[in-house]
Parts: sequence; C-alpha cells; structure tokens
Amino acid sequence: MLSLKQSDLARRVGISASYLNLIEHNRRRIGGKLLLDIADVLAVEPQALTEGAEAALLGSLREAALAAKLSDEDAARAEAFAGRFPGWAEALAASQRRIAALERTVENLSDRMAHDPHLAASMHELLTTAAAVRSTAGILAGSEALEPEWQHRFHTNIDADSRRLADSAQSLVSYLEHDESAQSGGQSPQEEVETYLEAHRYHFQTLERGSGAGEIDTLLAPEEEQMTGAARFILRGVLEQMAQDAQVLALSALENAIKGTTPDPVALARSFNVPVAVVLRRLASLPALVAGLVVCDRSGTVIFRKSVDGFSVPRYDTCCPLWPLFASLCAPGSVLYERVGQLGRGQVQFDAYATADLAQAPDYNAPALSRAVMLLLPVPAGNTSLPARAVGATCRICPRDACAARREPSILTG
Amino acid sequence: MTKHVVLVEDETNIAEAIRFLLGREGWRVETLANGSNAADVIRAGMPDLVMLDVMLPGKTGFEVLAELRNDPACADLPVLMLTARGQARDRDQAMQAGVSRFMTKPFANEEMLAAVRDLTAGRVG
Repeated sequence: MLSLKQSDLARRVGISASYLNLIEHNRRRIGGKLLLDIADVLAVEPQALTEGAEAALLGSLREAALAAKLSDEDAARAEAFAGRFPGWAEALAASQRRIAALERTVENLSDRMAHDPHLAASMHELLTTAAAVRSTAGILAGSEALEPEWQHRFHTNIDADSRRLADSAQSLVSYLEHDESAQSGGQSPQEEVETYLEAHRYHFQTLERGSGAGEIDTLLAPEEEQMTGAARFILRGVLEQMAQDAQVLALSALENAIKGTTPDPVALARSFNVPVAVVLRRLASLPALVAGLVVCDRSGTVIFRKSVDGFSVPRYDTCCPLWPLFASLCAPGSVLYERVGQLGRGQVQFDAYATADLAQAPDYNAPALSRAVMLLLPVPAGNTSLPARAVGATCRICPRDACAARREPSILTG
Repeated sequence: MTKHVVLVEDETNIAEAIRFLLGREGWRVETLANGSNAADVIRAGMPDLVMLDVMLPGKTGFEVLAELRNDPACADLPVLMLTARGQARDRDQAMQAGVSRFMTKPFANEEMLAAVRDLTAGRVG
C-alpha cells in the first residue's frame, strides 16, 4: 500500500479529510465509485478496504449479543445473521454503536455533574424553575375557571419564572461555552499538559538526542505565556521522565527490536537491561503502536494518561479498581499482564502490562513512593488467544451488577 | 374532617401552585420554606401527608425524613419527596431513608395529584 497522508488521499478522491476519517473508523460505509477510487489511489483490491467494515459490523453485533445476554450459541451466529439479513444486521449494529455513543455522553456528563458544583447547581436551578413554570402553566391551562385574583397571581408568577428560566438557561450556556473555550486552551493543569503532549504526539526529538535539562528549559520557554504555572510544573516532570528514559533506551533501538513482532515488554527489558517501567513508557511513545499509558502514584491518583480509543480513564472520577495498574501497586517489582476490555465500550480489548517502581532516589527510612505504570496495547479484532477480564471505567457508569469492587450504584442500572 | 398536608418547599412559586392544586381538592396546606424546624412542626401537627423538597435551607429533605422515621409516631406517615435531584442514587437514598414516594421535578400536576391520592387512600376521608 502506498504511503500517503490522510489529507492527500482525501483530496485525491474528492472528499474531506474528516469524512475520510469517519470512513476509516467505520462510522461511514463506503461502496461504489468512492470505494473503487480509494482502492485505486491506494493501489489495493477494493475488497481489502471493506474487510475492516465487516469486522466492525460483526464486532458490534457481538457487543449487542453480549448486552442482550444471548447464549454463546446464539452469539456465535452473528456472522450467519449478517449474511442472511444484511440490512437488519446493519441496523442493529448502528443501534449498538449509538447506544455506546450515548453511554459515553452520559459518562462524560455524569462525570462532570458529580464534580462540578457550579454545573450541578445550575442544573438544579433550571429544573426547579422549570417545575414552577410547568405546574403554574398546568393550572392556567386547566379546564376549571380561575378566580381573577388567582389568575392574576399565576400570570405574574409564570412571567417571573419564565424570565428566570431564560436567565438560568443563558447563564448555563455561557458557563459551558466559557468552560469549553477555556478547556481548549487547557483549563485544568493536567488537561493543559495532555493537550500539549498530544499536539507533539508524545514525542520530542530534542529529548531523544540531548541530555535533558537544557532541552527541557528550551521546550518550556515558549509556554511561559501559554500555560499556567501548575501545568508547566507537571509538564516539566513528564519531560524529565521522557529525557531520562531516552537516555537509557533509544526509540530507534526499540523500534528495531519490535519490528514485525508483538512487543514483549519483559523480554525487551531483559534485552536492553532496563526496568520494565521504562520499556512500557517508551513503547507508549511509539506512534506506530497506538498504545495507551496510565500512570498513578501511591494514592492511586492518575498522574499521567495517554488516551487510547476504547479505554476510558475518568478525568474527574475515581477509576475502576480492577485495572492491573492498581494491582501492581500492591506487588512492586512484579510485572502484571492481563487482557482487559471495558464493559459497554465496544469490542475493543487491550493487552495490559503493569508494573510499579519507585518515583524517587533511595534514602534511609524514606516513604517508598511507588508509582504504577500501565501500558495498553489494542488487541487486533478477532484475536481470542487470551480470555479478557471485564473491567470498568468508574462505578457510576459501569453496567456490571455483581462486582465485588463496586463502590457506589451505577446510574446506568438505576 | 379537612385533610392536612405539610409542604416543605423553599421555592415560593412551586409551593403556591401546589397549595392551590391541593386546596382545590379540599386540603389544608401548611407551607414551610425551611428544613430546620420542619420535623418539629410535622410532629406537632401530625398531618395526613408530608411533601418534602430535598434541597432546603437549614436541613436537607433527607435529614428531615430521617428525623421523622426515627420517631415511632411518624414511622408510617406518608412522605412524598419532590426533587430536581433525579439521579438513581438520589432515589436509592430516598428509598433507603424510608420515603413513601419519590417524584422528580418538573412534574405534571396530574401526576402529583395522583400520587397524593395514592398515598392517602384509606387514611383520609
């Protein structure tokens, strides 16, 4: 297949890059001339391009079967079903994807509602005023005649409440808009750092070459005006870690070592004679792997995340304790390896590797500030070589009823 | 005998609408806008029904409800909770605290009146 930028391919077949992106992620089906054009530009057989869509369709059907608690025997008939009733299969798969998208929306909003007192108070004000309006309007619109005095009073009330409702709605919209624009520039320090790292694709050539301190100052200097002090503090820590890792394990060497194979972090750590945590962090910074990385400190607080599609790391809420990340805090020095998949998040599974190391130089009687690192490598669809453990994102939006780790009821099952 | 309801609701216009709707059905509606002395007033008046908001100044509706349920004389008193906090965990909390009915705002007047009739059927004439 030709090496071609997404934007170039889109231009050559006459569609927008964002539409091509939807096609690539199987959110839009293609066929006919567009399929042939893309295949032509990429110099591949058209069938090769539709295979991914079929796999996605079957994946969504399997997910629907799981949600409906179908027997294994019935679930295994997904392919036969899709073959016999392609239209119905597509409709069912589309519904399943829609449910997943809505669950993600609920997840985000509930996450925010729970930890954003202003948003929760605004919603309360809105609903309370709406209740007053609805009740009063119901009386005014009722069939029974009202005495003039009551009628006048309710008209006055509804007038005042309607204004209040409009003001509350306006203030909520302003708040959300302000919040959105502030966040795009990076509102919480963690988010500012994530935005910055994503913009650089978690890769800094100068850190790969140099020894650290000078390069980090150079990288941070232009951010003096752009970032808050707290964000620069966090970013400095991240960049220092990257520089240290680069010194002991060069990306080019790592790339060569994993070429054509599935990465084996323990084997790589042995081969390069570096700690496994270094290998996990370095693998996460290889763009070709599309891996996720989560780091937490000894309190279980997530202090770093590199997002990956299909695995949600709550921004404001506490995480699912079933993640190997947290298990590794209890077993410093061990390397945990488990296949995991988040419930209700499609059929994506990940090979999760987790280990804990110490965040500071050794000292006598100093508290051991363990820090756990978890690498998430997406498992190709259809690979069932290992059983997957079902984990969640956070209890509030986890649909699993019987879970020994549950901290609070789920709003999805209430 | 006139039916008696204590309505604890700090939102004046909601309280006024409810007072009107229930008044039309023959209820005597006693309104309170604060949670702090609500349980005392209810215990003293022993109404046929209590309608309780959750987010109240003074004490929350949950606290008022807990006080009532801790008093054997009020253990069976019908309590209808009206709240804009409609999440599953709020409903669970209300159920565990012994609420008789939980209704989220905004509500339809007919729905509220039906709940009042259900809760007091057989208790008031």
